[in-house]
Amino acid sequence: MNHLLSFILFTPLVGALILLLVNSRNEDAIRWIANLVAFVGFVISIPLWFLYNPQNADFQFVERATWIPSIGAEYFLGVDGFSTLLILLTTLSAWTAITERVKEFYIFLLVLQTGMLGAFMSLDFLLFFLFWEVMLVPMYFLIGIWGSDNRLYSAIKFFLYTLVGSVVMLLGILALYFHNHTVSGVYSFDVTLFHKLNLPYNLQWWIFLAFFLGFAIKVPMFPFHTWLPDAHTDAPTAGSVILAAVLLKMGTYGFIRFSLPILPDASRQFVPMIVVLSIIGIVYGALVALAQKDWKRLVAYSSVSHMALVMLGMFALNPVGITGSIFQQLNHGISTGALFLIVGIVYERRHTREISEYGGLSKVMPVYAAVFLIMTLSSIGLPALNGFIGEFLILQGIFVVSKVWAAFAASGVVLGAAYMLYLYQRTMFGKIENPKNERLLDLSHREFATFAPLLVLAVWMGLYPAPFLRRLDSSVQHVIARVSPEYIQKNAAADCAAPAPALAATPTDATVAANGAAAFLATLPCGPDGRPLAASTGPGTTSGTGADIPPSASAGQTGRPGEPR
Amino acid sequence: MPPGITFGDFYNILPELVLTAGSLVVLIADVLLPRRSGGWLAWITLIVIGATLASLVPFRETRVEVANGLIAVDQFALFFKVVFLGAAALTVLMSVRYLEIEGASPGEYYFLILCATLGMMIMAGGIDLITIFIGLETMAVSFYILAGFIKPNQRSNEAAVKYFLLGAFSLGILLYGMSLMYGLSGTTNLRVMAMTFAGQESDPRLILAVMLVAAGVGFKIAAVPFHMWAPDVYEGAPTPITAFLSVGSTAASFAMLLRIFLEGLPSMKPEWRVLFEGLAIVTMTVGNLAALTQSNLKRMLAYSSIAHAGYVLIGVVAGTPRGVAAMLIYVLVYAFMQLGAFIVIVLMRRQDIVGDELKDFSGLHVRHPFAAFAMLMFMLSLGGIPPTAGFMGKFWLFGAAIDAGYVWLAVIGVLNSAISLYYYIRIVVFMYVKKETAGSEPTMSPALGIALAVAVIATIALGVYPRLLFELAEASARTLGAAAITTAIR
Repeated sequence: MNHLLSFILFTPLVGALILLLVNSRNEDAIRWIANLVAFVGFVISIPLWFLYNPQNADFQFVERATWIPSIGAEYFLGVDGFSTLLILLTTLSAWTAITERVKEFYIFLLVLQTGMLGAFMSLDFLLFFLFWEVMLVPMYFLIGIWGSDNRLYSAIKFFLYTLVGSVVMLLGILALYFHNHTVSGVYSFDVTLFHKLNLPYNLQWWIFLAFFLGFAIKVPMFPFHTWLPDAHTDAPTAGSVILAAVLLKMGTYGFIRFSLPILPDASRQFVPMIVVLSIIGIVYGALVALAQKDWKRLVAYSSVSHMALVMLGMFALNPVGITGSIFQQLNHGISTGALFLIVGIVYERRHTREISEYGGLSKVMPVYAAVFLIMTLSSIGLPALNGFIGEFLILQGIFVVSKVWAAFAASGVVLGAAYMLYLYQRTMFGKIENPKNERLLDLSHREFATFAPLLVLAVWMGLYPAPFLRRLDSSVQHVIARVSPEYIQKNAAADCAAPAPALAATPTDATVAANGAAAFLATLPCGPDGRPLAASTGPGTTSGTGADIPPSASAGQTGRPGEPR
Repeated sequence: MPPGITFGDFYNILPELVLTAGSLVVLIADVLLPRRSGGWLAWITLIVIGATLASLVPFRETRVEVANGLIAVDQFALFFKVVFLGAAALTVLMSVRYLEIEGASPGEYYFLILCATLGMMIMAGGIDLITIFIGLETMAVSFYILAGFIKPNQRSNEAAVKYFLLGAFSLGILLYGMSLMYGLSGTTNLRVMAMTFAGQESDPRLILAVMLVAAGVGFKIAAVPFHMWAPDVYEGAPTPITAFLSVGSTAASFAMLLRIFLEGLPSMKPEWRVLFEGLAIVTMTVGNLAALTQSNLKRMLAYSSIAHAGYVLIGVVAGTPRGVAAMLIYVLVYAFMQLGAFIVIVLMRRQDIVGDELKDFSGLHVRHPFAAFAMLMFMLSLGGIPPTAGFMGKFWLFGAAIDAGYVWLAVIGVLNSAISLYYYIRIVVFMYVKKETAGSEPTMSPALGIALAVAVIATIALGVYPRLLFELAEASARTLGAAAITTAIR
């Protein structure tokens, strides 16, 4: 199993090459091959779940071979818990997204899958960038050829936006590369090496900005989000699903894998800016979603809001926040991916996305309405479904940093419930007023089979998230050790674990007690003097004085919980 | 034998001699063979190019100066010679069908292509102003004729006249600069000149010389503001010649530029760095912005090649071995992707349709999937999207800029390459998204098929596994006045 990652990575590409050789008139063969390849791609990625060892903090399944020795670039693959889960999400969503289309559609989809998988697996920065850019072209075609009315505009917008971000990121990579050479005398793109580098602050600042542009456009964060609604609206269903479920995660993955551990000082410095942008994104995305008349555009704007919440949790820069952020990325992939599939199904039947065209669908499509309901509830974070765990962890992570930020984040959750339930009400409930809707077919078995794994995951992750959280633990610790080392020292000292029973009485209590996030839940709310935070009037409670105080400053003055004084 | 020149000198310029003899063979074969045997002549030309490539083999490790320092035989020249010969071979392959359609006589055509290649080889090897100028003239005169080779075609004639007039003018400027350099140093040998100038106070007359030479070279590489000729000439000249001009002539001019400035004027590095920095920024920006609005593919590629010249100038500004290596890599990958794009345009040429308008590419993907795929790869490569060779080239150029401390230049470079994607993607949109129109049916021939396959495979292979290219380019770059580069900072 030494080459497991390579097998997972290249299965879709081989499938694409096989499809290239099949006559395009032979539609049955093409459909069979494409579905088989996507299925095999998913099946061979499953061993990652079982073989991954959460106790081992290093990158696993590592493959290393020389690629371009003269510049120190390597074929260097490896995964930690975070990327394992994203890889599984990718293969799963590629499998569910595959629909009945022509040969070229499948080829682009499979090439796209290889690009996404490669980006999640690469531990060589140049290799990462290669895969990162490879994703652009097939996605461009998926939108540009098979999209709806305004597809060419949306496709080029998507393409140019992301391209500008990534070329600037390339410059950041190069700056890092040459600095590493100046310091260590070796030319290397080894990310694990960069994780140990202590860059001068000034350089960190610039590189962070370069990376920020690349990743923030992909997320997309507030001022850079305008490509997303267009791209989503005009993309075909499969394209939207992949875009929502996986492609947006590239940005957040980039922040966690590269920006935070390589540039910890700059990351801390940029917290206020990112937090403000995220809060704007959360509220603005939700408000715009509330006003949408187009079903798919509504889901697209909900993505903007949800991803902003993910960013906010991440830049709480504490274990709970980052764990929640990663967990919420998976949730977003599942629930938003499913929501786009749901829109796709009625769009296929009616060829319109206008919400006003629908109404009362629950009468004619009861199964469909049930699936939609579960996914809606998952998206708005109802307890017992996956969304709740993620939102809870994020809110808790951000709460201990600043209560004001937490209040804004919570408002996003409320607004989220508003626009999703309003959508559900307008489309599913009431009388059927439009005669065209009277004869709509409910989900077919094949369609239901597509949703089945997503439903199972939504419930599983909501009721028993421990296996997921356990896998994320070492990834989070790794990031935290770089960006907020004081938490690690605190955990190691374990002098603050006293109030654990009281505080661990959250819905996730017993199940996650074993992992680091839970340990953090237990240890965090203590003042520096070791007293439980709830009973303390000490500096720990005043850390949330508002977004206007940079957290580094507030941590310096008031003492972030657990920081040695 | 003239004094100071030995038999060994002749051995060292064996490849040039082989090429000269071979071009004469082509000229004679044209007379001996019956009319309408263009195909045979093309194969003879290819054999000549192959023989020249083979005769380069013994010189892989050679580093000597030949004939009292008129020509250098080193890996730097060798690298360029391989690029020139490869470009010439692809040009010949794409010319066979084209000449048949145009009804032009092939004999002189292939002879002139070989002559132009000879001139380029001398330019790359020349370390003496006289040799360089002779090489440049040999190349330029061949191209003046080739540009107007389709005699009944008015645009072709216009292109030739325009290229000739402006070319002659720019050569005059270049020569004036060279004469100033000679007058101030008392030598035409670049390496001796570098020693003469070393440690001298900066002389305003020398700055004038630098500016004049830069202007002359700038014309040859179509750097803004000396680029006015390029779009008209590119559009009017026969398509294979346009391709050869944009790849071979530009590459040779860059070789000449590096020889003159890095070998001859390292002491003036701060001055010419500023000059080329400005030229690079203006050239890539203007080239890309102008290309955005073109609807004729040859014109668009003309502006895009202007922009690419701007990118390559970044390597000159860096002026380090890394920068030179980046230029070598870029010149080579550019040869494949640019020639490849022109091969596809030649494919579209039929009796009644020129096939170089954007609308001729509508729905090409349905009519000829392979040609469309190839064009897609070339466009992505020109735009610098991995996993194509163009990305690796840009990666080196921008890397060299950052390494040398020119971060802003790199930023402008990457933003420009993002702009450029807009017009490259437009072609892709026409091929893949637009509905099929009654455009021209691509005409495939074995020669064109080989040329296209070579260009596509090279473009992808060098993007995925560029190891060998990088090592060769780095080794070659180190041979260019190594001492001069490292001691250049005053």
